[in-house]
Amino acid sequence: MTATAARPALAAASVPLPASRRRRWLRRYGLASLGAAIILAWILVALLAPLILPYLPDTVEVTKRLQPPEAAHWLGTDALGRDDLTRLLYGARISLSTGFIVVVVGAVFGTLLGGIAAYARGAVEELIMRATDLVLCFPPIILALAIAAALGIGTTNTIIAMLVVWWPKFARLARSLVLVQRSHEYVEAATVVGLTPARILLRHIIPNAIGPLVVLVTLDVGNAIITFAGLSFLGLGVVPPTPEWGSMVAEGRELVEQWWVAAFPGLAILTIVLGFNFLGDGIRDWLDPKARRR
Amino acid sequence: MTAAQPNGRSERPASAVAILSAAAPPVLEVRDLKTQFFTDEGIVHAVDGVSFSVAAGETLGIVGESGSGKSVTALSLMRLLEEPSRITGGEIRFQGRDVMAMTPGELRALRGGGIAMVFQDPMTSLNPVLRIARQLVETMVVHGRYTADAAAERAVKLLGRMGITAPERAIHSYPHQFSGGMRQRVALAIGMSNDPALLLADEPTTALDVTIQAQILDLLRELNRDFGTAIVLISHDLGVIAGVCARVIVMYAGEVVEEGPAEALLSDPRHPYSWALINAVPRIDRGALEGKRLTTIEGAPPDPLAHAAGCRFAERCPFRIAKCVEHPPLAEVAPGRRARCWVTQAGRSLVGPRAEDALAAEAKAEAKPFDHGVEATLARGERLLEARGVVKHFPLPRAGLFGPTRVVRAVDGVDFDVAQGETVGLVGESGCGKSTLARVLVRIHRPDAGSIRLAGQEIAQSQPSAIRPLRRRMQMVFQDPYASLNPRMTVGQILGEPLVFHRITKGARETSAHVDELLNVVGLSPKAAQRYPHEFSGGQRQRISIARALAVRPDFIVADEPISALDVNIQAQIINLLIDLQERYGLAYLFIAHDLAVVRHISERIVVLYLGKVAEIAPAAALFESPLHPYTRHLISAVPIPDAAIESRRQHLQLAGEPPSAIDPPSGCRFRTRCPLAQPICTEVAPPLAEHRPGHFAACHFAGQF
Amino acid sequence: MLRYVVSRLGLSVVMALLATLVIFLIANTVPGDPVLAQLGDVAASNKEFVAAWRAKYGLDLPLWERYFVFLKGLVHGDLGISIASQRPVLDDIEQFAPATLELASVGFLLALVVGIPLGIIAAVRRDSWIDHLARLVSLVGVSSPTFWLAFIMLALFYGGLQVAPGPGRLDPIAFPPPTVTGLYLVDTALAGDWAAFRDALAHLILPSLVLAAATLGLLTRTTRASMLESMQQDYVRMARAKGLSEWRVILGHVLPNALIPVVTLGGLAYANLLTGAVMTETVFSWPGLGRYTFTSAAALDFPAIMGITLIVAVTYLVINLLIDISYALMDPRVVR
Repeated sequence: MTATAARPALAAASVPLPASRRRRWLRRYGLASLGAAIILAWILVALLAPLILPYLPDTVEVTKRLQPPEAAHWLGTDALGRDDLTRLLYGARISLSTGFIVVVVGAVFGTLLGGIAAYARGAVEELIMRATDLVLCFPPIILALAIAAALGIGTTNTIIAMLVVWWPKFARLARSLVLVQRSHEYVEAATVVGLTPARILLRHIIPNAIGPLVVLVTLDVGNAIITFAGLSFLGLGVVPPTPEWGSMVAEGRELVEQWWVAAFPGLAILTIVLGFNFLGDGIRDWLDPKARRR
Repeated sequence: MTAAQPNGRSERPASAVAILSAAAPPVLEVRDLKTQFFTDEGIVHAVDGVSFSVAAGETLGIVGESGSGKSVTALSLMRLLEEPSRITGGEIRFQGRDVMAMTPGELRALRGGGIAMVFQDPMTSLNPVLRIARQLVETMVVHGRYTADAAAERAVKLLGRMGITAPERAIHSYPHQFSGGMRQRVALAIGMSNDPALLLADEPTTALDVTIQAQILDLLRELNRDFGTAIVLISHDLGVIAGVCARVIVMYAGEVVEEGPAEALLSDPRHPYSWALINAVPRIDRGALEGKRLTTIEGAPPDPLAHAAGCRFAERCPFRIAKCVEHPPLAEVAPGRRARCWVTQAGRSLVGPRAEDALAAEAKAEAKPFDHGVEATLARGERLLEARGVVKHFPLPRAGLFGPTRVVRAVDGVDFDVAQGETVGLVGESGCGKSTLARVLVRIHRPDAGSIRLAGQEIAQSQPSAIRPLRRRMQMVFQDPYASLNPRMTVGQILGEPLVFHRITKGARETSAHVDELLNVVGLSPKAAQRYPHEFSGGQRQRISIARALAVRPDFIVADEPISALDVNIQAQIINLLIDLQERYGLAYLFIAHDLAVVRHISERIVVLYLGKVAEIAPAAALFESPLHPYTRHLISAVPIPDAAIESRRQHLQLAGEPPSAIDPPSGCRFRTRCPLAQPICTEVAPPLAEHRPGHFAACHFAGQF
Repeated sequence: MLRYVVSRLGLSVVMALLATLVIFLIANTVPGDPVLAQLGDVAASNKEFVAAWRAKYGLDLPLWERYFVFLKGLVHGDLGISIASQRPVLDDIEQFAPATLELASVGFLLALVVGIPLGIIAAVRRDSWIDHLARLVSLVGVSSPTFWLAFIMLALFYGGLQVAPGPGRLDPIAFPPPTVTGLYLVDTALAGDWAAFRDALAHLILPSLVLAAATLGLLTRTTRASMLESMQQDYVRMARAKGLSEWRVILGHVLPNALIPVVTLGGLAYANLLTGAVMTETVFSWPGLGRYTFTSAAALDFPAIMGITLIVAVTYLVINLLIDISYALMDPRVVR
């Protein structure tokens, strides 16, 4: 055997060139940027809806009910003749705002509780963690259902119901993050320097713990949007005739022939949640010290 | 032939090896090996033309620091590399066969069959969820030499041969139930199970305690002697190499820079890098006789992405000449010895440490003296820190709702003093409680009992707010340079924070100037203040940590293993820095380490800890020349010395068994389970720490009686 | 090990009790009035009728007494009478539970059988086309709202392509098999009625696919991530250095480690399917617990709500307990 033929492992000829910087960036952050773009697009659309659309979401025109997608109505009309595209874009407002509110408020509240639990330790920690466990005992949908049913339908009530269910996962995460940070040597060093606990928490622990929390928040907005739409689908969320994606799907649920009524709102949910998932994954990868080559 | 020696070790049969190698083909022959990593930033030439050979039954050591390419070389030998690394050139022959041309099937037969490998960290190289039996048996069955039953029997025998007690029971355990030393024995059993011709050991003892390391090295020597297995031992520790290997190659920046018999190379190095390595390492058999500073060279290994055209060591070399802009070949400088250096190839040899020439232009006495603002309320020699009866226990999570509460008795009654301006060394192996003690002294933890007085003030049970003003007098430097700096703060912010908090400086400009001075003092450029910790190397980060400790102008610094995570040369730089700072500012140190040679070098007095209690306290020289406690004696004997001649003649005292658990320590004297002098009284009465000679304390009923 | 199980069991019981208290409080300190919801306006205006109705359901007792009545009933296996169906809640639950069990189990099985191997292959052949496909599929699965997916499946396969049967467990004209377990697949097989078996199976396909979608996404992602992490460990290199073949390394060394977090998450996912299949059941008119939960909630049927929530909480706790035990069995490092 000749030397080269006997050396299949030496593939010197196929040495890969170092990837160009643009390719590298694309590979790492391409999907995340796409996600961010999707989210931004929806936010823009939600804000500008009244300006760009010729119809109003509540305009009922029974003569034009259940029209398939056409030039005048890009996404068709629903059972009351309302333009689906308009209702879809207005629905984005509700979904985005409720999603953000639930997650942000839940995150702040949960993080605070979790941080306190981790720092105070002892009885305080036990109490908070048992409360967390208790809420986590229930599948979120059931609990939210029960509370929403008890409180009555309406956007605010549904948000409250979701908040009760939403904070524990942040409390858990925050607590474990703070506990891990506390054992890091730079936190010990800050203690030795003589800094006060408040200052240590603020300057040393929180900036380093915030990363995974941000990832969870981003990924969770998608979950919150789905859950809110789900509750609306079941009739518990928004009050009709407010346009909301979940209730729009509910309205079209029976209309197998006129599939566009239910299909497009759900598709909207899908795209926006994908956007948040892409972005969240991207942020997680960006924060991962193993992935960073610095 | 092997000559029987009193301690059962053989002399390295240099002549026998020469005869053997003439008769049989070398077990391993590597010619011009090149291994590269293909990264996004470019091609890293990790191994750049390495050649060596290993004769049957020979022991070869590969020495180098991180980045030298030694581990990559070992992985390349069995083609264990993964993308993006690849062997791109050269030849590897095992018993005459071309490894690069092997089919996947042949390669699998080679791995674990002809060549076996043992890795550095036995905790992670054994699968945590599989039983030991399974991990041992599968390697024998896969190579087809044993049936499952035969393999199971042999596995038990192998474990016994490797020194594991009750192997029939041990074999059904999981790795986490073993200590580090036992796991490494298991790894060796796995390696030897198919009677390989060659054993590759990549830093096999680096993660182990000194006394356990001695046991494992002994085991390696036995395996080489009894089974004739050739051993390639990779290490950064010259003492380890000296104790096991007949020949040594030294690697730097992906190349072999020197090669020769261990004895000759270690006593008379022919490459400046080997010279630097040997002289940078403190030796346990020499006190700080020749001046405290260690020989060190400045700088760090070159960037593997872009090697210099000429000699790769030239930019750091104190012996550099004009010719060094040309890349030197590896040529013979003496019979049987080769070096990659123009200077020695011209016939010159590198004379003894030219300490003054070799020292780098680190911040020295030329720099502006630092304003030591705080008035020294104690004269040198007065007691700065007094610890009496310090106790710290940690509760463990209970096994169930009704399980008993167990505690780890990390520190169980420790007494000692540190005087103003003094360096006290604190040594002990893992589990002795030294890290916990450090953290208790600095009041990161509150002790469960005992008294700690800093400059006369009691701080053991005080509130954090009461201690806060005292923090200026006592600071700490930590072990892990990567975890001890907040990754989200710039260096300037990290150093400025204590200054601002304690109101040492006012205003941004004053703080910034102060920060620049601090950086200067520890040998870093003021430009470092804008950068983040991750942009610095390990050694540089330790300097930043030291600067942070200095910021508040302490009298006393607790250094918890400050150099363990660093390369040898960088260790020497940091040690020199610490010595400088002590001379300049009259600092007192509590220097905690497990490396006895370093501790001997830097300390005036030494405290030896064992399982949470003090075993011995003595002045450094007295401790090493005439130790009183049997544990100290064994500890000292276990430390390898980087001198092959001495190592081959040395009698290592073997410390039997494993360290007992800190959860349930032995009654009476804690060392009694492993002590050759143990008597019934040792089980009943815990020996007090008594002053047997002036300034020399030991906690033993039979102190000095060996 | 036994001590571990016992202590975890004890903890679970305590949590279950606390759960009942929580639900009781929610259900009873509520602005809405069940009376109005049930009786309608005419009857509600008659005060005596209202009072009698309240007394019948024990709604006139003070709060803590009602709770004790509830607890006492629990001990006797009595969860109260459903206001809507006028039957013992336990009976209602017994009727609806098997449907959910069958649906959730089949859906979970599908997700498991496809998701885990997909995750393994995606990790082993990282950055290949199958890896990208797996990641895309799982992302879409995780991001799709279940109720919408259910509708799309129905519209596409039942309405559009007409290859799948409509909502419900069986064809509208078919008779259900004699009840042995309540699981139609089992009961039809036991009865030897293969036509009904095929019918039940056909009706199961779409809704279980919907349920499987999101779970599949979760399982694939988790498996892939866990595999990737395990594959970087030193013991993998050691295994290769011993001369083991690549597949032996993957299956024998990596998988036992990588599956541990997958089991935990998978168990939770199953619990979620069992207890939260509300959307799917509603769209497919599946007579299961999920739909029952929803109708009870909408009607403010307190005994039913409490009963369901209790069952749900207990199911959750039991599955969590099983997960913990299996975790302890799989990972020898756990303190037992």
